[in-house]
Amino acid sequence: MMSSNSANNLLDEALGFNDDGGGGGGGLLLLIEDRVETSGAFILHHLIKRRLSSPNRPNDVVVFLSFAHPFSHYDRILRKMGCNLGVQKENKRFVYYDMLNLNYPVTDGEKGAEDLLLSVYGKIQKTVELCSSREGYKNSTIMIDDISLMEVALCGSSNLVLDFLHYCYSLATQFDCLVIILNHEDVYSTMDVPSPLLQMEYLANIVIKAEPLATGLATDVHGQLTVLNKGICQGSGCSKGKIRNFHFRVKENCVEYFYPGSRT
Amino acid sequence: MAAEAISRALRDGALEGEHAPALTIKDSIHAPLGAFVFDHILAQLSSNISSSKSQAQLRIVDCYTDPLGWKSQLAESGIVSNRSTQNATTASLCKNARDLDMLFSSIVELGKEVIRETKGRFAVAIDSVSEILRHASISSAASLLSNLRSHDQVACLFWLFHSDLHEMKASSALEYISSMVACVEPISNTTNGKGMNSENLPLIEQNLGRGKFSVRFKRRNGRIRLMSEELHTEQMGINFVPAFEDYVTSQSLVPKVQFSLQLSEKERNDRAKVVLPFEHQGDGKPIQIYDGRRSVSESKTENKETNAEKMHVNEDSGRGEIIYIRDSDDEMPDSDEDPDDDLDI
Repeated sequence: MMSSNSANNLLDEALGFNDDGGGGGGGLLLLIEDRVETSGAFILHHLIKRRLSSPNRPNDVVVFLSFAHPFSHYDRILRKMGCNLGVQKENKRFVYYDMLNLNYPVTDGEKGAEDLLLSVYGKIQKTVELCSSREGYKNSTIMIDDISLMEVALCGSSNLVLDFLHYCYSLATQFDCLVIILNHEDVYSTMDVPSPLLQMEYLANIVIKAEPLATGLATDVHGQLTVLNKGICQGSGCSKGKIRNFHFRVKENCVEYFYPGSRT
Repeated sequence: MAAEAISRALRDGALEGEHAPALTIKDSIHAPLGAFVFDHILAQLSSNISSSKSQAQLRIVDCYTDPLGWKSQLAESGIVSNRSTQNATTASLCKNARDLDMLFSSIVELGKEVIRETKGRFAVAIDSVSEILRHASISSAASLLSNLRSHDQVACLFWLFHSDLHEMKASSALEYISSMVACVEPISNTTNGKGMNSENLPLIEQNLGRGKFSVRFKRRNGRIRLMSEELHTEQMGINFVPAFEDYVTSQSLVPKVQFSLQLSEKERNDRAKVVLPFEHQGDGKPIQIYDGRRSVSESKTENKETNAEKMHVNEDSGRGEIIYIRDSDDEMPDSDEDPDDDLDI
């Protein structure tokens, strides 16, 4: 059994992260899918801490687009995990965009929404370009919490969301970034036409699914994580895709990950 | 093999009086190996071109970097630097993926540039049509592909398509335009068609590295030829192997009932020893023709012979036999050839 405070836990191993918090960069998109019964927000919090707390990567930056909660929400949670987001924000290592307070257009419809999105993307690209020019830069991380609320903010246009993700991904491949997005699987489960979530699964290099146990709710086990890592292709060849599955339990200050049946 | 047949068809280009051969490579999220097949076909085509008189040249119409012109707009307004939109000299940047007429012009212009000195034809590869359909309708996309296919300087074209991202009509429309459809399917079917549960995980992982590769060739006369094999991903690409029945898998799929639905080893061996009654595979005995009437003596003789044969069969229980008597001399001997093969309707 491993907690999220140890050097490398099951989740980090499944993602291919190194002990120094690195790895998982180099133009990758990581999709987190959760459900009402099993929120995947703890994965986002864990990854924020990993990317900001590594001593070997002092210039890495996290660009965070929040549609779901105010800054104080994330600050409170990360403090309990031993990470001060306020300080990181002042040091320009945690760049926070409060999308909740943006006045998105009502009358202009999709065209106005596209203009707003273009403006947000421009800020992200500028931030990433600036960071990449700094000495010692290794990776930037772009996080979005969450995609379904982003779609609401863009007048329900999943097409615009996909366009935005495409551009973030192209930015990631150019500047060696990691893009992490959170989406809710059950929002799309009743759609008759091919859902935008499937488009995102195609785009993603790593898919993490947070689901309840087949046996239902339990006090000691809060759910299961399935990590599908499609493998990467580089000059030396392609690594094979892998799937890992393990259980998790969310505690006050950390999360425990363990294989089924390994808890004493 | 199927993959080689595809490469040959693309290399040979358009037949006299026909449009260029067109290949759809189709996959799904449960068998996500279409990109590997696309790369393999592209490499094979480049190799085939290089081995002939002219050297293969690659030109890229880049619809990936800035498909909607966002980066260009931001660069023009000074918000970001211009380096994001700079490309290698072999790439032509497309800033409006919604305008398929302009895309067609870009493709043809680049193609003509490549063949200017050789006065030959050029091939077109599209990765992927699914991305085109994100920005344009199926009718526009189909029109683009048809126009390319009928262009007299296009030798062949192929594209990648993720079938589960679109409605059936889009898939059907593309298959109608294609002269070849290569379909990648899961090597193992997951239970209930559902996603990641503990039973399916090993099967899903297997499908990340292996797949069934089925190809449908449409001939000029309208007949269809089917070929299938398996594909395995390896570190440096993919490998195609002949399909084989997974005996263990088929065993586990047989329902458990009181009846014996399987053949024993002995029964399988006996079936393999049976000589088929096709006359060109004859067993050396003279060919009999039934005239419709049999005399009593002949029937008695026949009975004796039959009994003797029966005894012979009982003694030699390992050998099965099928007795076939041709009805008349007009009946042609059986053949493996298809008599409709030479039809040119």
